[in-house]
Amino acid sequence: MTVALIINTITLVLLIYSFTKSTGRTGKSLKIALTKGLNLAPWMIGIIVLIGVILSFVPPPVIEQYLGGEMTIYQVGAAALIGTISMIPNLVAMPLAGSLIESGASFTTIAAFLTTLTMVGVVTLPLELKEMGKKITFWRNFLAFFFAVVIALAIGILM
Amino acid sequence: MKTQKLSISIKKLVVFLVITAIILYLLRIFFPARSDMSFEIMREYSIEVIAIFPPVLVLMGLADVWIPREKIKKYLGQESGLKGVLLSMFMGTLPTGPMFIAFPIAGEMLKKGARVANVVVFLGAWASLKMPQIGVEIQFLGLQFSIYRVVLTFIAVLFIAFITEKMHQEVK
Repeated sequence: MTVALIINTITLVLLIYSFTKSTGRTGKSLKIALTKGLNLAPWMIGIIVLIGVILSFVPPPVIEQYLGGEMTIYQVGAAALIGTISMIPNLVAMPLAGSLIESGASFTTIAAFLTTLTMVGVVTLPLELKEMGKKITFWRNFLAFFFAVVIALAIGILM
Repeated sequence: MKTQKLSISIKKLVVFLVITAIILYLLRIFFPARSDMSFEIMREYSIEVIAIFPPVLVLMGLADVWIPREKIKKYLGQESGLKGVLLSMFMGTLPTGPMFIAFPIAGEMLKKGARVANVVVFLGAWASLKMPQIGVEIQFLGLQFSIYRVVLTFIAVLFIAFITEKMHQEVK
């Protein structure tokens, strides 16, 4: 939250500075911000609702079931897949991962889960496609998934 | 003309919100137990988004108006080299908030002339190397795990960024 506060403050300072330099340009930039905001708001809301829907089907307790226990290559793969379709805020995901480790889950599985959770996003695909185009979206997500597994295996070896 | 466009946008938004409310209501009816948790998570996300989306929008507006294409091309474009990569990585580690907030920013960067690799580095850093997040990670998963994950992910992001750029250029 403190970071959010800092970002808001910096933005405010820059906005005031811009205002002193040119009211015209500042007005224009606010208009751009507003139109962008109205265009993106449905996407943001839609994504959050979609996250909620998916989490109703695959809620954290179910996730715990799959990620805890014995580590097999299947479990690592499953962890990566679950991370792909889920999106959990870091504030929730970290304690969840922490408690899984404490109850015996392997670091490999958790690493796979966390990496795909943040870097690969099925829920966010529509927005990513809209902003980045097909090629980048496909390759970024595909490579992120691949490297998530690589990272997970590496962590398994290192730890 | 402008105000007409604005009222249409607002109307669309309202319709959208109504549909959303209906979906959420149905969710509550069919999954009473699970929906509690998912509502909680949706609430968390909403707070994060509300806290950071507006300033991000304003910053994008300001950047659009004050930063000329040439500057972006110079620091983040094809010729920016190592400095561009480091700059993009740095920018990605600063903010907070979910990754999908970064997509509009990344889209703008591309439009203004940043190179694909830098944009993907930025996204990758925002996704999994945000500094605020790493603090929480160390707290719950330990310093050793966090260091390994951060270093490995850092390397992976670079690979992902440059391979993606290569693939993107294969079109031509």
